[in-house]
Order: sequence, then C-alpha cells, then structure tokens
Amino acid sequence: MSKLPDVRSELTFEDFKAALTDHQAMVEANRCLYCYDAPCIKACPTGIDIPSFIRKIATGNIRGSAKTIFDSNILGMSCARVCPVEVLCEGDCVDNAAGIPPIKIGKLQRYATDRAFEAGWTFYQAGPDTGKSVGLIGAGPASLAAAHRLRRFGHRCTLYDKRDVIGGLNTTGVAPHKMKADRSITEAEWVLSIGGIDVQTGVSIPDDLTWEQLNERHDALFLGFGLGADSALDLPGKDLDGIEGAVDFIERFKLGVVDLSGVQRAVVLGGGNTALDAVRELITLGVPHVTMVYRGDASNMSGYAHEWDAAKTEGVRAHWNAQPIGYVGEGRVSAVRCIQTSADKRPVPGTEHEVPADLVLLAVGQAKLGELVARLDGVAVEWGCIVTDAVGATGRPGVYAAGDCRNGGKEVVNAVAEGRDAAIAIHAYLTGADQDA
Amino acid sequence: MPDLTSNTAGIISPNPFWLASAPPANSGAQVQRAFDAGWGGAVWKTLGQPIQNVSSRFGAIQWMGQNGVGFNNIELITDRPLDVNFREIYETKKRYPKHAIIASLMVETREEWREIIKRAEDAGADGLELNFGCPHGMCERGMGSAVGQEPRVNERITGWVKEFANVPVLVKLTPNVGDILPHGLAAQAGGADGVSLINTIKSIIGVDIDRFVPEPRVSTKSTNGGYCGAAVRPIALHMVAALAREPQFQIPISGIGGITNWRDAVEFLLLGSSSVQVCTEVMLRGYRIVEDMIEGLEDYMRAHDFARLDDFVGKAVPAYSEWGNLDINFETIAKIDPASCIGCNRCVVACHDGAHQCIHIDESGKTHVPFVDESECVGCNLCQIVCPVPGCISMVEVDNGYPPATWNEHVNEGVQVRPKKGAH
Ligand SMILES: Cc1cc2nc3c(=O)[nH]c(=O)nc-3n(C[C@H](O)[C@H](O)[C@H](O)COP(=O)(O)OP(=O)(O)OC[C@H]3O[C@@H](n4cnc5c(N)ncnc54)[C@H](O)[C@@H]3O)c2cc1C
Ligand SMILES: Cc1cc2nc3c(=O)[nH]c(=O)nc-3n(C[C@H](O)[C@H](O)[C@H](O)COP(=O)(O)O)c2cc1C
Ligand code: SF4
Repeated sequence: MSKLPDVRSELTFEDFKAALTDHQAMVEANRCLYCYDAPCIKACPTGIDIPSFIRKIATGNIRGSAKTIFDSNILGMSCARVCPVEVLCEGDCVDNAAGIPPIKIGKLQRYATDRAFEAGWTFYQAGPDTGKSVGLIGAGPASLAAAHRLRRFGHRCTLYDKRDVIGGLNTTGVAPHKMKADRSITEAEWVLSIGGIDVQTGVSIPDDLTWEQLNERHDALFLGFGLGADSALDLPGKDLDGIEGAVDFIERFKLGVVDLSGVQRAVVLGGGNTALDAVRELITLGVPHVTMVYRGDASNMSGYAHEWDAAKTEGVRAHWNAQPIGYVGEGRVSAVRCIQTSADKRPVPGTEHEVPADLVLLAVGQAKLGELVARLDGVAVEWGCIVTDAVGATGRPGVYAAGDCRNGGKEVVNAVAEGRDAAIAIHAYLTGADQDA
Repeated sequence: MPDLTSNTAGIISPNPFWLASAPPANSGAQVQRAFDAGWGGAVWKTLGQPIQNVSSRFGAIQWMGQNGVGFNNIELITDRPLDVNFREIYETKKRYPKHAIIASLMVETREEWREIIKRAEDAGADGLELNFGCPHGMCERGMGSAVGQEPRVNERITGWVKEFANVPVLVKLTPNVGDILPHGLAAQAGGADGVSLINTIKSIIGVDIDRFVPEPRVSTKSTNGGYCGAAVRPIALHMVAALAREPQFQIPISGIGGITNWRDAVEFLLLGSSSVQVCTEVMLRGYRIVEDMIEGLEDYMRAHDFARLDDFVGKAVPAYSEWGNLDINFETIAKIDPASCIGCNRCVVACHDGAHQCIHIDESGKTHVPFVDESECVGCNLCQIVCPVPGCISMVEVDNGYPPATWNEHVNEGVQVRPKKGAH
C-alpha cells in the first residue's frame, strides 16, 4: 500500500455539508420521531437501524449510536458523507409526508461515526480461526465490507487490488467536497484493523495472478473489482490533447496535482452523477467557464436533481439537448462539435454547432469488466455485469460477486450491503451453516 | 465488561431493567418479546379478580411538541382470566429461566392472598410484588392505595403474605402520601424483603374544554387517574432517596417512575435502587428502548470503573442531606461563553423577571452577548436552565475567601457565613 502525496489538488475543497455541532446534533436528534418499522431503514440499502442510532445520540449514548450504524454498515463513516441521502434515507423520512424538512440522517450519522473515529473506538473482533481462506479481488467498499464480515466469522482474507491505494472509488472517485481520499483510506485501515486481512496492492487479476492460482490459494473467491476505465466516444478528433475520461481525471486530482491554469473553458460530456461531480469539481478547481453537454435536459438526466441544483448555484452552465459529433482543434482541443437532439434524444439534422472548450471530460459511463472472468467457468456475465443470485453467489460454487461489478454501478452503500450479504453467504458455503448463522 | 447482574432482595436478573406492572407486561407473548429485546425482568400486570375496564383509559400531556411527557391512566388490574395469566407465566419462565418474573398481586382477604400466592409460586414466579399503590378504581374497592396509605393495614397484609410466601416479596408503595417513610417502614415491619416505588400519582390530566368533561373522557364523565411518565421522575427520585437514606430502613428498593433512558436509570441506582422498572416510556416507544439503556449503563460503568452495580448503587445517597447542612459559603456565578452564545437573550429576561436582574444586554450594541454583573449574581442557575445552547452558560465556583459553613453550624456554633448577595 502506498501513502498519498501530501500535496493534492483535492485539498483545496471544503466540505459541502458542514458537520453538526453538539448543539445542532442534539436538537436534530430530538426531532426524530423514533418511528417503528421506519421507512428510512428500508430506504437504506444496508438497513441501518436509523431511529435507534438517532435516539442514542439524544440520550448521550454516542458509542452505542456508532455501534448501531457499524453493525449494519462498516463503512458508515464515509457513507454518512457520500450517500445521496436525498434519494435514500432522508428521502423517505416520514416528516416529508407531513411537509416538514426530513431529519438530517446523514449528518447525524456523521456526528456519531466521527466521534467513534476520534475516540478510537473499535467494536468487533475476529472470530476464532476457521482455517478457511477467501480471496477478494478489489479493495473497494464491496470487498472491505465483505472481508470485515468474513473476519468476524473467523475466515482468513486476502485482498488483491491492482491500484496502490485501497478503498476503490471511495478513495479515487467520490467528490472531495464530500470526502477526501485520505479519509477513505483511514476508514479502510480502520476496517482492516480487525486483523487477519492480508492486503496485496499492485496486483492485477488475472494478469499477475491467474484464476487457477487463486483457486489453489483460497477456499472461496469474492469478486469486487468494480467498473473499468471511462468509456470513450469514437468521434473525429478524439486523439486531440485535452480530451480525457472524467473518472480518470478525478482520480488524478484526488491522488495528485492537476494543472488547470491554462484552461478557460471546460466541457463535460454526459448527464449522470459523474458528469455532475466533474462540473462542480472543475469550478472549484478554478476553471472560469464550465459547461455540461447532455442529450436530454434536467428533467431526464440520470444525475440527481439535488446535485444539478448545487452545480447551477455554483455557476455551471448546461447545454441541454445536444450531442457531441466531433472535436475541433489543432494539437489541443478548442471546441466540441455538437448537434441538437430532439425530445427522444435523436440528432436533428442541420443543427450542427460548436461549443468552445480547451478541456473535455468524458462522463458517458465506465467500462464493465465482465470479461475479466471469462476464464472462470460457470460465472455468467450479462451486459458486462456478473450474474449472481440474491446473496451474490455466481453460477460457480465458491465464487461470489458484489458491488459495481455486479450491479453495474450504484453507490458505495449498495456495494457495502452486497459485500456484507455475500460474506454471510460465503460463510454458509464454507461452513455448511445456515445463512443467518 | 461491566457485570449488569442485578439482585433486588434475592430476585436476580441479567440486568436491572424490568418492565413495571402495567400493559407492557400484560401477557406472555409481550413479556417474551420484551426479554428478546433485552429486558432483564418483568413485573406481570397486577393479578387479582379480573376486572372490566372502560374506554378510553389514557391521557397525556403535550409539551413543546412532545406528546406524553406526563401520562395518566384510569386502567385497573388485569382483565384476563387468572389461569391464563398463570399458564403464561409458567411458559415464559420455562423459556427464559434466567430472566426475572415477578407476579404483581392484589386481592382482598387473607384466604385470597394465600390462594393467589400459591398459584403464583406454582407458576414459577421469582418474586411477588404487592400492589398497594393503584390510586384509582381499586382503592374505591378497599385495595391498592387504600392499603398503601394506611401503614397498619400495609403491615398487616404484608405480614399475611410473608406467612404464605416462599419467594421474595416486594411491597409496591403509593406516592399519594405526605411522607413516604412510615409506609416504607410499615412494609419492612410486615416482613417485606424489599419495596418498589412509585406507583402512579392521583391526577386529572386535563379537561375537554368544549365538552366540559375532564379527560380521559368516558362517555359523559371521567375520574381521577394515575400520573406517570417522565414528568413524575423527580417525585419518584425523592421518595426513593428518602427511604434509602433513612438508617432504620434496611431493605432493597426497586425504583420506578419516569425512567426513559439509561441516564434516568443511573440516577435511580445512585439514589439507592437495586433495579428499575419502566412503564410509560415502553408504552410510548416500545421494548426496543432497552438496548440504549443497557449500552448506556455499560458505558457509564466503564467510564467510572464500576465492575458491578453494587459498586455504585446508593452512591449519591450520602450527598442527599438537609438544607441546614449545605455549605452557605459555597458560591457560584454564571459565566457566558461568548463563542457559543447565539444572542437569544433568554437568560436576560429570565434573570430580569425571574431572578436577580444581573444579566444585561450590551447597550453599546457591539456584541450580541449579554454580560453578567458578577457582583450581583447569586448563582441561582436560572439562566443556565433557560439557555438553549449546551455548555454556553456555566456556573463557575468563586473563591470568596470564606471557609465552608452550614446554616446549622452558623446557628449552633456561630460560624461566620458570607454576606448575602442580591438582597437589596
Ligand atoms: C466519479 C464517481 C463519483 C462517485 N461518487 C459517489 C458518491 O458520492 N457516493 C456514492 O455512494 N457513490 C459514489 N460513486 C460510486 C461508488 O464509488 C461505487 O459504487 C463504489 O465505490 C463501488 O464499490 P466497489 O467495491 O464495487 O468497486 P470500486 O470502488 O470500483 O473498487 C474496485 C476496486 O477493484 C480494483 N480492481 C479493478 N480491477 C481489478 C483487477 N483486474 N485486479 C485487481 N483489482 C482490480 C480497483 O482498483 C478498485 O480499487 C461514485 C463513482 C464515481 C465513478
Ligand atoms: C396504563 C397503566 C397501567 C398500570 N397498571 C398497573 C398495575 O396494574 N399494577 C401496578 O402495580 N402498577 C400499574 N401501573 C403503574 C406502573 O407500574 C408504574 O408504577 C407507573 O406508571 C410509574 O412508572 P412510569 O413513569 O415508568 O410509567 C400502571 C401504569 C399505567 C400507565
Ligand atoms: S392503541 Fe390500539 S387498542 Fe388502543 S385505541 Fe389505538 S388501536 Fe385501539
């Protein structure tokens, strides 16, 4: 594992949502109705017992509050920062139905889990050694959650990650105004502190270690390798300088330094959450003019409305109903050629035009890595995603999958939930025990 | 890991948290769910000749958006057949042998007591609780608080019960008395192994001001009920402490009244309760509250290095004293932390209209932070109580140069007390 450099472009970012003070936390916690069979719990993919952790904040039992969170979600500290709570727990708070602002669940979760990290509380111990070993491909949220649960059951774990840093996209991808890379790594190390998890970074599967070798080493395998590189658009001029993948660009400025001093106008292609993160990040990094080019409009983009609202407020412009058809420039890109699109997102002939740009970020999706498992007989892949049953079992006995490589790309919290559940299934597989044992 | 095992007069439970005798402990299915949630014991809904209840039965105080800060009921004892109750006690005890089940009993004649005690013990009850406390309905029939308010009757019936009982006997006391002491001592004299208190306080929870009928309304009338819930905690704490500090009173106490969380429970333990019982908070929020109680208690014990409950049960009792023994020369004044003050001026109005007119608004307009005239501040606490920001106002001890002196010492030995403050 390598250390992060001390100088990183992401360090200029401030928290978009400030932490709660003790006073604010107390007022907010006391506002919670302590619902029973609460909708917020069902809206959380990891099913955290939200009313209980909030009540425990109100009674001053912060340690118990944090434990309630971690019991369901071992990455509860970062999820408190990176979860799109507007469409998850807070979106289903019963107060919405009463026309009252929902309880700030994410911020309260951050309050409790931050206290746990500050105080150095640990809650879990590894189970007695079972003599079984599990190999986990990837060291992102899915694998971390799985490994932690497997250790509680007493199985030895090895994480393999092709990168030098652990934490997956939680480290290299999430917007620094939500969380910076070092915090994700601190959390990952806290998860690993349960002990008995061997971490091998800089190991790409299956190039550096074949499936056969992995099968020999381990009694079960867990696939948590996420998604691949940014998808490119095969358009004229695509090799000009100044055109790059958004996720790649984000990783570069989170883990190191990017120089945007010459950039006046940046264009981000896409309408998803990566595009929305990228435009906001470019503004904060000091690019004067940032435009998002999308085939549809605000009403049908896949990115979250609350994120677009924030981007707009920060000065991002949108170029709706337009689609790129080529890049213009000499050596370096100077504009994106676009064509207007109709309501059903089809190009309208005769509407070609140019949008000036000296930096273009592609946020039109990431490659699916299904082909990595081509040599693993019995593991089915559909649309690039690994096919599993409800608890993450692939068609090949002893091989499980979770997170982005299984679900096609959701949130950190989904990866945690799937990883945890797959670990429970792996435990059952390894011990022949009941699934809820 | 601190040991939460609790022993109240020989009734052992894995933790000190019991359901009080009330609707949450009405049936076997409920008590079993409560044990699954973590409750250490349950005092079964009072058993006696099954009664018929009215509707509605409950009323509550709404305060600042919180419903149920105070709660009242006009419910009687169990309305379920005795053989059903005893069968369920038996089944529950069989499935949860380590948990404590205490049968709450209320009957009239000596023969009835003999009979019901035998049935409770046959069902496997770990202890008996004598309901000498219900302040409505049952007392009109000569039971409940009608017994609890008469020390001689209390002692006599407790004596009967002790004649028949083989398991520990707790007498549940009513708070509807001027002084709790004679009643606790009567129970002790009758042979009780312990007492539990408080039962509910005689009350009228409110009035339907358009129908001109008190609440809870039963058709065109209502009746006085029993008051409980968070609002009664101070009364309960006092009564528990009043017994705990009495040298003649030697038997264990199970504390009840307004307990809502671990902190409330710790207060009862510190004032001498060996176990605590909860009714209203469970009625309002469910058995699940016990998880926080257990965790919070464990954390508290870890923080204070207490290995077991006995390390701190009663630890605050010696500090509960007479007014005449308080140190008059001890002086505090209010200090406002300018960094956390939000400028609501609630301390100003409270001090001006309700205390000693010594917190003032900064007339220069340079700051929103009021200032305390320390030469006038009597250290009464009012400002700190009304301040909405935790930690913003603190009561700071000042060294006024006077050695400690109590009123009693002043009167009896002429010890010098400091000059009065704020008494112009
Ligand atoms: C730009 C961006 C912003 C995001 N923002 C948020 C957000 O704010 N909130 C949120 O909840 N979610 C966000 N997400 C989504 C979230 O990061 C992912 O859903 C989550 O990280 C998925 O976890 P995972 O463990 O499945 O995969 P990943 O986090 O992708 O981890 C996979 C790991 O596997 C490693 N790996 C890949 N291939 C191999 C191989 N062949 N051999 C060995 N190792 C390999 C990778 O290096 C990586 O470390 C964002 C995603 C992106 C792209
Ligand atoms: C609805 C209701 C029914 C009750 N029934 C009984 C009872 O049958 N026997 C009894 O001893 N106490 C009974 N109580 C009193 C409680 O056991 C307890 O002493 C009192 O409510 C104070 O505790 P609390 O503040 O936690 O509610 C009842 C209380 C309520 C609210
Ligand atoms: S709480 Fe249950 S029993 Fe009581 S009035 Fe409501 S529905 Fe009826």
